[in-house]
Amino acid sequence: MNDALSLAASVRAGKVSALDVTTEALAKITNLDHQFHCFTAVLAQKALADAAQVDQEIAQGNDPGLFAGVPFAVKNLFDIAGVTTLAGAKINAENPPAAQDATVITKLKRSGAVLIGALNTDEYAYGFVTDNSHYGTTRNPHDLERIAGGSSGGSAAAVGAGLVPLTLGSDTNGSIRVPAALCGVYGLKPTYGRLSRAGVAPFASSFDHVGALGCSVRDMAATFDVLQGEDNRDPICTNRPPEFCLPQIQQGTSGIRIAIADDYFTQGATPEALAVVQEVAKALNVDEYVTIPEANRARAAAFVITASEGANLHLEKLRSRPQDFDPATRDRFLAGALIPTSWYLQAQRFRRWYRDRVREVFQNVDVILAPTTPISAPLIGQQSMILGEQQVMVRHYLGLFTQPLSFIGLPVLSVPIRLPNSLPLGVQLVAAPYNEALIFRVAVVLADKGVVSIITPG
Amino acid sequence: MSLLIDLPIPDEYRHGVVANFTRIKAIAQLVHSFPVPEEIEAAPSFQP
Repeated sequence: MNDALSLAASVRAGKVSALDVTTEALAKITNLDHQFHCFTAVLAQKALADAAQVDQEIAQGNDPGLFAGVPFAVKNLFDIAGVTTLAGAKINAENPPAAQDATVITKLKRSGAVLIGALNTDEYAYGFVTDNSHYGTTRNPHDLERIAGGSSGGSAAAVGAGLVPLTLGSDTNGSIRVPAALCGVYGLKPTYGRLSRAGVAPFASSFDHVGALGCSVRDMAATFDVLQGEDNRDPICTNRPPEFCLPQIQQGTSGIRIAIADDYFTQGATPEALAVVQEVAKALNVDEYVTIPEANRARAAAFVITASEGANLHLEKLRSRPQDFDPATRDRFLAGALIPTSWYLQAQRFRRWYRDRVREVFQNVDVILAPTTPISAPLIGQQSMILGEQQVMVRHYLGLFTQPLSFIGLPVLSVPIRLPNSLPLGVQLVAAPYNEALIFRVAVVLADKGVVSIITPG
Repeated sequence: MSLLIDLPIPDEYRHGVVANFTRIKAIAQLVHSFPVPEEIEAAPSFQP
């Protein structure tokens, strides 16, 4: 599939109309999505009208923007004006339609992109599988018997299956990076607070991020650039001025200190998940290792805070109608509601301590390499898996390597890679806060060398 | 705790909730067994 920027270039150059591009995307969804089950809403009429508007702008000699005529879709956690925000929950289907688009949707539309639908997720984004008892299971485009990963599973599978070139998702503990890796696409989780979360249903505010999934490094950088900027509708959103990354991505890796995460990040993974990290390191001539201290405790603290904040958010509904929750999330939320305050506070204080240690680590390194998931996509319905010598639960352990990083809001790009005759995997490129540009520079070198690229099924 | 916060746990969910809470308890143990210095405060974003 063409990436979003090349598609937009064709639209702007008049080689193809936005209307034709949108019509084709809608046809693909109609013909193919029953296999993958990515979409929970398709906005055909509005999308066609928006595409016609883009074509009209071009006809009048105006530039509709960087993503002119690019069809995109969003996790159904994002508000779409006139559509009820499901957040993967049956309970939320009773809510009135959203009054306005989420800020990031508005920004993408202003850059000429055309919103065509909403995508499946785990209930309230609480999961790594996108196996939703209310709205169905999203299937991995590389093997329909396997999960897409989650919770932004619809967002990853829609790109992986070639239905749309660009989607938005959210990531609290790994929910963009995990499905991106399992579906063979790029997944960007920027620095905490760098992109507005206004109009996106919260899960655990301490760690909630929004980001993008797509088919090229430059699409990820361009999307990040379009979405940056202050937003008083999100109290966490930074007031730093935007730093545009797309103009920087070709600057090469000279001067960027890169190392492989050792210790925690080399344990509890399949040999394949570790091998792809080595592939990436080899391509970059990297053989240095770096230790992120207490990553295991960081994951534990993230677990406690997520369970506690998530439960607090839904407490009233847990009291009044627990039977309407997805069984996969209900018992976790109920248990999370019972967490003593001292556990939560200790986890928050630990977060501060850990952040300070990781800041020290970044005094000596700029980009860290780590596996995204410990294993390629498990089978749908698979409860447990073997990691190392341990039998562990799929739902909890797919985030083994993502949780300790989002815990302190580090920017991460998961790049898609696979070994011959294998399912896709991902490698996380991790930088210090606000250093997204360095990540993109490294990723472009990897893509140019052919080490990483979107993996198309078949 | 469930009484204090007025959150009834229906019998049919009790087993699952106990299993989940047991898991959280074991994980939380990792966090509070770590000596965080007293001067380390949480990092709230609240700005008056």
